[in-house]
Amino acid sequence: MARKKLKEHLINREWCKGCGICVRFCPKNVLELDNMEKAVAVRPEDCICCRLCEFRCPDLAIEIVVEDENDE
Amino acid sequence: MAIKDYLRERFFPHMWCPGCGHGTVLNSLLRAVEELGLNKSNIVMTSGIGCSARISGYVDFHSLHTLHGRALAFATGVKLSKPELTVIVPMGDGDALAIGGNHFIHAARRNIDITAIVMNNRIYGMTGGQFSPLSGPGKKATTAPYLTIDNEFDVVELAKAAGATFVARSTAYHCQEATNYLKQAILHKGFSVVEILSQCPTHYGRKNREGDAAAMLEIQRDSTARIGSKALDDNPHLIPRGIFVDIEKPEYCEEYNKIIDRAMKRKAS
Repeated sequence: MARKKLKEHLINREWCKGCGICVRFCPKNVLELDNMEKAVAVRPEDCICCRLCEFRCPDLAIEIVVEDENDE
Repeated sequence: MAIKDYLRERFFPHMWCPGCGHGTVLNSLLRAVEELGLNKSNIVMTSGIGCSARISGYVDFHSLHTLHGRALAFATGVKLSKPELTVIVPMGDGDALAIGGNHFIHAARRNIDITAIVMNNRIYGMTGGQFSPLSGPGKKATTAPYLTIDNEFDVVELAKAAGATFVARSTAYHCQEATNYLKQAILHKGFSVVEILSQCPTHYGRKNREGDAAAMLEIQRDSTARIGSKALDDNPHLIPRGIFVDIEKPEYCEEYNKIIDRAMKRKAS
């Protein structure tokens, strides 16, 4: 199976309450809280698209968008 | 469909505190519904009162925000009159096992086809952090400044004894496992109980010095183990996670329909 390729982290800054759960449990340390206490992807190149941030987010504020895989 | 299609986005951001586990339970539940491909017009969610109960406002299903502890009573009425609908009842500690304890055991005993979710954060968050029947002894709460002395219910054991035909337990930390159990619980014909350990960093966590939301999730990770795992065999004091009951028994609405048929036949003859 081909590895999923990240397109972007869609982070809803209106909904994010800055609890830091995504930051603590990202296996690749991709996310951090900025000075507004909102999650941002500071190292998106390290993202492995496991989507654990998206699944655990209590505010439903994160979505991992992957590249379209129909590149035959 | 994307999970956003099952949300009432106009009510977001939601009212739960930063890091509240109830948001993760909502997240897991929406993914379960989405993966099952259920039509949102065929789902009814009833809830009672408390932080947990606000969940029914956020989902774009048919929803009933009812009386404290009576979510299962209303759900029973909905299910009996429209058995073809999928009925999901998320409850907090109080709704499920304090004021609503009686409804809980009797819904389980009847084996009515409802999915009950116990969002167990071991505290009454909305009213200011009073201890609940799920807090357990030796815990701090606003109503127990010198620690609680009450033993807690074991939701799984209680549901099993009361006759629930599907019983599972997971946590907010194990979100994908929770989604998996919720899917099976929704598909199960009969009364299903899924307990999901949830964190309240605002009251329970602060009073009991468990740290922030992420630290509380680490406690969920470290204090639980899957049934049948070596970790649980080696450390029996851990809280078991998994599916504890999954059996078939006559379902209440189907049995009730047989009564209707019998009565109509007698009337006709």
